[in-house]
Amino acid sequence: MSSETKQILTTDGIPLEISLKKAERKNKIKAFLLVAPLLLFLIITYIFPIGEMFTRSIDDKMITNMLPKTFKSMETWDGKELPSEEVFASFLSDFKILVEKKEHGKLAQRLNKEKNGFNTITKKLFRQVKRNKIDETQSIKEQIMKVHKRWRNVEYWQAIKRTAPPYTSAKYLKAMDMYLNEDNKITQVSEDRRIHRILWLRTVEVAFFVTVFCFLMGYPIAHLLATLPMKYSNLLMICVLLPFWTSLLVRTASWMILLQQQGVVNDFFVLIGLVSDDNRPEMMYNKVGTYVAMTQILLPFMVLPLYSVMKTISPSLMRAGKSLGGTPFVAFWKVYFPLTIPGIGAGCLLVFILAIGYYITPALVGGASGTLISNQIAYHMKTTLDWSFASAMGLMLLGGVLVIYWLYNKLVGVDNIKLG
Amino acid sequence: MALPKYTETRYRIWHYFYIAICTFVFIFLIAPLFVIFPLSFNAEEFLVFSEGMKNLDPDAFSLRWYKDMIYGTKNPWGLAAKNSFIIAIFATLGSVILGTVAALGLSSRHMPFKGIIMATLISPMIVPLIISGVAIFFFMAKAGLAATHTGIVLAHIILGTPFVVITVTATLSGFDHSVTRAAASLGSNPVNTFMKVTLPLILPGVISGGLFAFVTSFDEVVVVLFLAGLENTTIPIQMWTGLREQLSPTILAVATCLIVLSTLILISAELLRRRSERLRGINR
Repeated sequence: MSSETKQILTTDGIPLEISLKKAERKNKIKAFLLVAPLLLFLIITYIFPIGEMFTRSIDDKMITNMLPKTFKSMETWDGKELPSEEVFASFLSDFKILVEKKEHGKLAQRLNKEKNGFNTITKKLFRQVKRNKIDETQSIKEQIMKVHKRWRNVEYWQAIKRTAPPYTSAKYLKAMDMYLNEDNKITQVSEDRRIHRILWLRTVEVAFFVTVFCFLMGYPIAHLLATLPMKYSNLLMICVLLPFWTSLLVRTASWMILLQQQGVVNDFFVLIGLVSDDNRPEMMYNKVGTYVAMTQILLPFMVLPLYSVMKTISPSLMRAGKSLGGTPFVAFWKVYFPLTIPGIGAGCLLVFILAIGYYITPALVGGASGTLISNQIAYHMKTTLDWSFASAMGLMLLGGVLVIYWLYNKLVGVDNIKLG
Repeated sequence: MALPKYTETRYRIWHYFYIAICTFVFIFLIAPLFVIFPLSFNAEEFLVFSEGMKNLDPDAFSLRWYKDMIYGTKNPWGLAAKNSFIIAIFATLGSVILGTVAALGLSSRHMPFKGIIMATLISPMIVPLIISGVAIFFFMAKAGLAATHTGIVLAHIILGTPFVVITVTATLSGFDHSVTRAAASLGSNPVNTFMKVTLPLILPGVISGGLFAFVTSFDEVVVVLFLAGLENTTIPIQMWTGLREQLSPTILAVATCLIVLSTLILISAELLRRRSERLRGINR
């Protein structure tokens, strides 16, 4: 007996299996078509631009396109002694085109970033070219070398060669306070110029401590909210939800009022005799302000996931633990606490990720010590317009967040996240 | 929270300590919002409680900062409020439509690549705002939409849809699909079924997602700072510049209005949540 005769047919005479598959595919396409508009919208306006940030951050094509002939002729140069006549000649012809397009200034700027001193010698060469002093029938190498002694220095030609690749990791290294030196080795910048590493460390430190504070303050009240009878807990829940729905800037403003030197908190400290009236502590424009304000602002994001997990834990479990001979502390630690771990994970992840990208509150209440890596990104986006550097730092931050997210997924599982 | 009579002393102490901590945290959470309230009625220009206010002297209170907010010549609050509402309303509409339709697809059991697509759709919520800001700015600059209302609305749709997707998928998870099949068997076409059967049932979820999207847009400052020109100023931008330069009582008047607004939003969100729980048959 062949299997064909056994096949079940639909009333149309089509084998059932094929007919079902067809219906299945139709449903799949239908479901996908519903998601497609949003997916497409996000890919075009969001996912793709994030990818563009990457190409922007490593892009170094500008100079590659400026000196095409030079780089071509440099391919055979070993880079130990001064390059040949051919390299000099092609450099001059590239340079002349740039002078015509008035782009020699850009070249000087870019080369000066690679090695200090290019600005002067490029200007000198420009003057010679402008006055048509360079005679192309004679040796161009000799003539360029006469323009300035640095053109005779092989290090400067090595620097030009280093800029040849269309991609660079310089922006990423800069974000870590490092750079590629003459021998293509990663070196640290001098100690007094290491600003970015401080910012990264401070960002992680602030995010970490804010998460810890939120956890320490959020756990007790989430527990209280979950165990109180409904009519009380609903009322207290307003204390969590009202800040949650209130504008971030409003809450920052109120902390600025509370924490100022003549503010309510200081008034209170004076009133209870903690500090004297003429010796009021500075609580704003430093880390204290950042921690206090950020903890209050992010606390609801800790309480809500904790609450939703604690709500599902039956109170009889604690009673069982106690009746089996555990003290309330043991019962809590061995029974209740382990059950809340998904909530703790979700809350901590949420708070940490929000805190690490924070920008507005630290900038307003943190003073100089409130500058975090996000402020630096915004600064380069808006003020220096070094967009590739901003992109590089942004992607490093994103990488960090994704690693945390991945770790969390491994340890707790993303499915446990709940939004209140 | 009365303790049973047999509780040992040390647990009694611990219990009161726990209550004290909780009280402190609740005050810490809610008190900052109430400081703004009285100070916005201050008759003086300083942001501290004057002697008159402490003695509840009626002369120490006035509405001058509210008048300044509305009629002040130098104040751009009127324009900012108009822009904020226009942008937030359109962004909410966009997020709700795109998000609800996508959630319908996502909760179908036939949906292919569910995990990765869901991750993509909610990614704007997970990626730090500053990075979203940079990426969205690059797109808008290229598309020529920087410093336009359209650009900001699109940006806020990006940031708002994850909330709609999450709330509507959650509502749909308790949705009984046999009712749509019943409608289909009675001869209704899919669009009609959606409008007459599905939508009324998932409406609480849709609206509460919309509220999230509205607040996200209304309160958003990081992305707008990159995108907005002078004409697109919004309330958060005005507050940001105001707070950076100098804390004026007018800002507190605006802040008070915003707190009133958020209270209204909170009440509607709570009512919706309860209604939705009732509809889904969750009784607590």
